[in-house]
Order: sequence, then structure tokens, then C-alpha cells
Amino acid sequence: MSDIVATNQTILVVGGGISGMTAALEAAEVGKQVILIEKRPFIGGRVSQLYKYFPKLCFPTCGLEINQRRMNANKNITVLTMSEVTNLQGEAGNYTATIKISPRHVNANCTACGACADAVEAEFDNEFNYNMDKRKGAYLAYNMAQPQRYVIDPRMIGTDDAQKAKDACKFDAVDLDMQEETIEVKAGAVVWATGWRPYDANKIQPYGYDRIDNVITSVEFERMMDPFGPTGGKLVRPSDGKEAKNVAFIQCAGSRDRNYLKHCSRICCMASLKQSTYVSEKYGDEAEVSIYYIDIRAIDRFDDFYQRVQDDPNVSFIKSKVANIVENKENGNPTLNGVDTEGYNRYANEHDLVVLAVGMEPSVDKDTFPIEIKVNDEGFIEQDEANGGVFAAGCSSDALDVNRAVQSATASALRAIQVVNRVAQAEG
Amino acid sequence: MSDTNTGMVEKYRNNFLKEVEANVEEGEWVKMCMQCGVCSGSCPLGPHWDHPPQELFMMIRAGKRDEVLESTSMWMCTSCYNCIVRCPRELPITHIMHGLAHYATRLGIEPKNQPTRKFAQLFWNNLAKNGRVNELWLGVNLYFMDGFVNGIKVALGMAGIGLGMLKAKRLSLKELVGGHTVKDKKGFQAMIKKAQELEAARVDN
Ligand SMILES: Cc1cc2nc3c(=O)[nH]c(=O)nc-3n(C[C@H](O)[C@H](O)[C@H](O)COP(=O)(O)OP(=O)(O)OC[C@H]3O[C@@H](n4cnc5c(N)ncnc54)[C@H](O)[C@@H]3O)c2cc1C
Ligand code: SF4
Ligand code: SF4
Repeated sequence: MSDIVATNQTILVVGGGISGMTAALEAAEVGKQVILIEKRPFIGGRVSQLYKYFPKLCFPTCGLEINQRRMNANKNITVLTMSEVTNLQGEAGNYTATIKISPRHVNANCTACGACADAVEAEFDNEFNYNMDKRKGAYLAYNMAQPQRYVIDPRMIGTDDAQKAKDACKFDAVDLDMQEETIEVKAGAVVWATGWRPYDANKIQPYGYDRIDNVITSVEFERMMDPFGPTGGKLVRPSDGKEAKNVAFIQCAGSRDRNYLKHCSRICCMASLKQSTYVSEKYGDEAEVSIYYIDIRAIDRFDDFYQRVQDDPNVSFIKSKVANIVENKENGNPTLNGVDTEGYNRYANEHDLVVLAVGMEPSVDKDTFPIEIKVNDEGFIEQDEANGGVFAAGCSSDALDVNRAVQSATASALRAIQVVNRVAQAEG
Repeated sequence: MSDTNTGMVEKYRNNFLKEVEANVEEGEWVKMCMQCGVCSGSCPLGPHWDHPPQELFMMIRAGKRDEVLESTSMWMCTSCYNCIVRCPRELPITHIMHGLAHYATRLGIEPKNQPTRKFAQLFWNNLAKNGRVNELWLGVNLYFMDGFVNGIKVALGMAGIGLGMLKAKRLSLKELVGGHTVKDKKGFQAMIKKAQELEAARVDN
């Protein structure tokens, strides 16, 4: 890795989700040198874990592939996966970043044939599917993962399984001796695009995510629709595998709530409206969707989408924040209790499956940034002079959908470009 | 209508929300309610209320003064605090319920026959006398709250519990005559009087 050349005119992008990719491409395509740091073994971020995109309901893999091609075609971008910035020092125009690169134990010879995965037995929780199933200890996070290069789980190193993986590889790609590396790179500006994580549903005690099998989160629901996902693309209940036709969505699960996240996560109304179409896609007229909400925030042009879902006779809207969920022990149905706001009617409604539209919080905890940075109460990065040459892009700056995340990324790329341009002028 | 009540109607005209904000304990929180309904759904006694808290808050904003203040609803609150714990806007709902009940009482338009109201009054009268609750008299008064015949019935029904309490020394028959008091009973009564004066002065302003 020591062949990385970086100068004060390099732009460092931290986080390789749709925002980081966008910022990197915008900068690289105008000729700037970019280093992209991604913590996971693949780039694409959480978008790669979505089944379809609102509002067009196309597949995210398509958009990701276009960006991937642009990246492959551009010599100005260096991508480091399984990497994290552990320290960042300096000021606008002159930063030094310390980067820790974890061993993948698979080198560039890998053809992604999968022989190593076939050979090993060890299994671990599958993070890509939010731990709903297991994956092998030698794995590719998902079929379209970029780079197309397998990973040997470090927990397997030193076991027979690791040796089996090595022996199975015909291309000598498995390198069990690969070590963690720490490198230092220079950069003139930093785009911080570490994105979001779903709010921990276990904290919302009255909804019983930790106690009731058939209460799941919106991110898990996305994974269920993937033909290669944990249920093979079936919409079924975790408790008994029964078809989940009568599905309830609970909005603002952990958002707009001073006990949890104060902010409106902004995308979850649209996410549930979108996911209501998944139920119809699977079960047609047998689908029965109920959306429990405080108010539906389908902002701007998304209102069309909202109206279309409202017109669907199989989808009903209940204006009420559900008070609590209890499980009907006989059939495993979660029962939702509450009072609606249109008539103050008390209800106790049973559903096959309940999806919590969980909120978005920043993926990096407030106090763990490698450099001092201004964040708001929710931990999202502010646009502030004090941040010098560090600019937030996408969901590290706010709860955003992809469209807005990409806009934010482009803006940050422009700011970063201005910084390195000033360096270039000064250096002549 | 009591004089205070007429005065308040005069003073606030059609703005009941303002009246609540100015006169009801924690009343300034009412406007923070976003009508999500979690409080109503979380109340263990909710099914027995005419108007759950969320609805009361909306009624206040809608200026339904008489319906709110004469309602038995807020008297149903048992101070379990479930709603406060869950309210996404952290409204002190329990306190507002008591505040409304108290305000209605001050105005003299509370539902006179609501049992909680009656018990609260008995409890207060009992406590204010000696500075200590006289359980025996409180019990006796409570039983006869709905008249003599009914009182005997209730008392007989509760006899087992009463005897148990006597055995466990939780209840003393000595309480029938006089009963235990705080050390400085005069001082205690002066304190209560002063507090009532202060409160009255606050309310009149
Ligand atoms: C249920 C659900 C459904 C959604 N559906 C849609 C939809 O249909 N349409 C739509 O427009 N939007 C949708 N969204 C929103 C969409 O997921 C986000 O807008 C998008 O993921 C934002 O991209 P990002 O790059 O900012 O963040 P992320 O996707 O979170 O990417 C951040 C990247 O940074 C990496 N990273 C994190 N920390 C570090 C670190 N310390 N060092 C290095 N790298 C790090 C992560 O591994 C990740 O790859 C949905 C969201 C949810 C919750
Ligand atoms: S977008 Fe909708 S579900 Fe999400 S926090 Fe905002 S209002 Fe609630
Ligand atoms: S829980 Fe709070 S915000 Fe929701 S209706 Fe009740 S008082 Fe209003």
C-alpha cells in the first residue's frame, strides 16, 4: 500500500457510500487526486442493502453500477476498503491522516470464484443482512460487491478452516499472513461521508423488538425482499415462516421523540410508503397494509408517490402513534394498542408482521471523530467555519434520502475542490 | 357559577388555551402536544375516560371550556406516569391532569360526584386537621361517602382487610378518638394557612 501518493492537493473522502462515491467522482472527474477510505470490505454503503429505490422503484444496484464504472474508468481515485481514519491532524490545505487498513487476507489475484467459501465451514452473523442469517467465514458481502474480492473473516485466522480456504484457492489469492497496516497520507481537504445507522430498536421498549419475533425493523424488511437475502426474497414471518400478508408499519419509531432521537429522520415515511408496494408486489390483492403515523412527511415531489399509495385500496392509514405492542401467544401476531387521532377510537389491532420505521442516526458517535468537529445535538456534522477543510457529505450531515445525499456530496466536493485549488495557487 | 368562574370567563373570553396556560399547573405545556396519541393509548384506565389526555389537550385548544372543566376525565388519572414516560414531547401529562382537576375545583365547577374527587377532599380534610392521615377516620368516611346504607355494605365487605390491618398494627382503634398528630400542630396549621394565602394571591394575579 505504500505506493499511495498523496499531497496537500489530494482530497481525502471518508466513507464509500453513495455520498462518498459521489464526492470522490465529482472531484476526480475534474482532475483532482482522491483517496477514498471505506470501513467495510465493499463500497456502496447502505444503499446496497436496499431492495428498491423510491421514488422510481428501480433497483439501487443499477445506480451503484453506473458509479462503479465511472470510478473504474478514473485513474485519479484510489480506493482503500476495510480502512479507517484513526487520526487526522492539521488544517485546511494541510492535513495528515493516519489510516488503519485491516487485513482482508485475500489479494488481488482473487477472481471471486468462491472456492474458498465452499471449502470453509465456519459461519458468522451476516452483517449485510442485519444478522438475520449467517454467512461463511470466507465470503463476498453480496453478489455485486465491489471490489469483487472475497474476504477471510479475521476470526477464522489460525483455524483449520482458514487453511482449507487457502488450499482451495487455485489462484493463490488467500494470504493468511496478511497484517494490519497503518499508513499516513497527506490531504488538502477532507470530505466526511460516513453516513448513518439505523436507530437501535431495542431501546424503544414498548414496541418489544427484543421480545416479539414478528416485530422487525425497516432495514430488515428491505433485506427480506432481496432474492439473495436471508429469506430468499420471501415476505415471511420470522417466528414461523408464515406468509406476511397483513403488515403494519409504525412510523417515527425512535424519531421525533425526546426519549430517543429528537429529529425527524425524514426518509422513513417514504421508506414505508415504498415498502407498502413490496407487500402488494408479493401478494397482490391479498396484501393488507396498515401505516400508523403521526403525520406523513412525503416532502416536495414525493407527494405524488404518497397520493398513489393512498389510492391503493389495500393500504390504510391510521393517524396514531402506537402506544405499545403485545404478542398474541396463540398465533404469534403482534397486537398494536393505541388511540387514533381522528375520532379518538381505541384500537387493539392484530397483524402478521410489524415493521418499525426506525430512525436514522449518524454512524460515527459524537466523541469519536479523529479531529475536532462541530456537530449538532443529534450528532450530525454542521457546516461550520471551525471545521476548516473538513466537509460533511450525505447522511453524516443530516438524515437524507439518496437524492439529497448526492446533492450534499456534490456541494462538499466543490468546497473541497476550492480548498485544494487555493493550495495549488499558493504552491504555484 | 361561582364568582371566580365568571371572572375567568370574562377575563379570557374565548381563549381557553390562554386561561389554562395562566392558571393550570404546567398548563403552558398544552400547546406542545402534537396529537400523537401515545398518552391515551398508554393510560391503564384510558378505556374508562370520557376524553383521554390527547383529546383533552385538543379540546382546550378548541376552546371547549365547560366540557373540559366539568369533565370527570382528569379525575380518573391515577398518577401512574406511563404517559409522561412515553410522551415524545415530554409533556408532564399527569401533572396537567391534576392541574386541570384542581383548577376546576377552584372555580367550583368540578363534577361533584366523581369518586376520586370526593376521596381527594376527604383525604385533604383528614390530613389538614392533624398533619397526619388518620387511616381509621379516612376509611370510615370513605365507606360512608355514598350514604349510610351503602357504607355499611362496603364496610362489611372490607372488614377482612380492616382486621388484617389492625393485626399488623397498620391501623389503631385509638385513632377513633383524637388520633396521632404532628408535633407542632399549631405551627402546621399556620403553615397550611399561609400556603393557602400565597396560592390565593398567586391565582388572583
Ligand atoms: C429503510 C430505509 C429505506 C430507504 N430507502 C430509500 C429509498 O428508497 N430511496 C432513497 O433515496 N433513500 C432511501 N433511504 C435512504 C438511503 O439509505 C440514504 O440516503 C443513503 O444510504 C445515504 O448514503 P450515505 O453515503 O450518505 O451513507 P451510507 O449509505 O451510510 O454510507 C456510508 C459509508 O461510510 C462507511 N463508513 C462508516 N463509518 C466509517 C468510518 N469511520 N470510516 C470509513 N468508512 C465509514 C460505511 O461503511 C458506508 O459504506 C432509505 C433508508 C432507510 C432506513
Ligand atoms: S419521516 Fe415520517 S416516520 Fe420518519 S421521523 Fe419523520 S415523520 Fe416520522
Ligand atoms: S403523548 Fe404527548 S404529544 Fe402525544 S398526544 Fe399525548 S401529550 Fe400529546
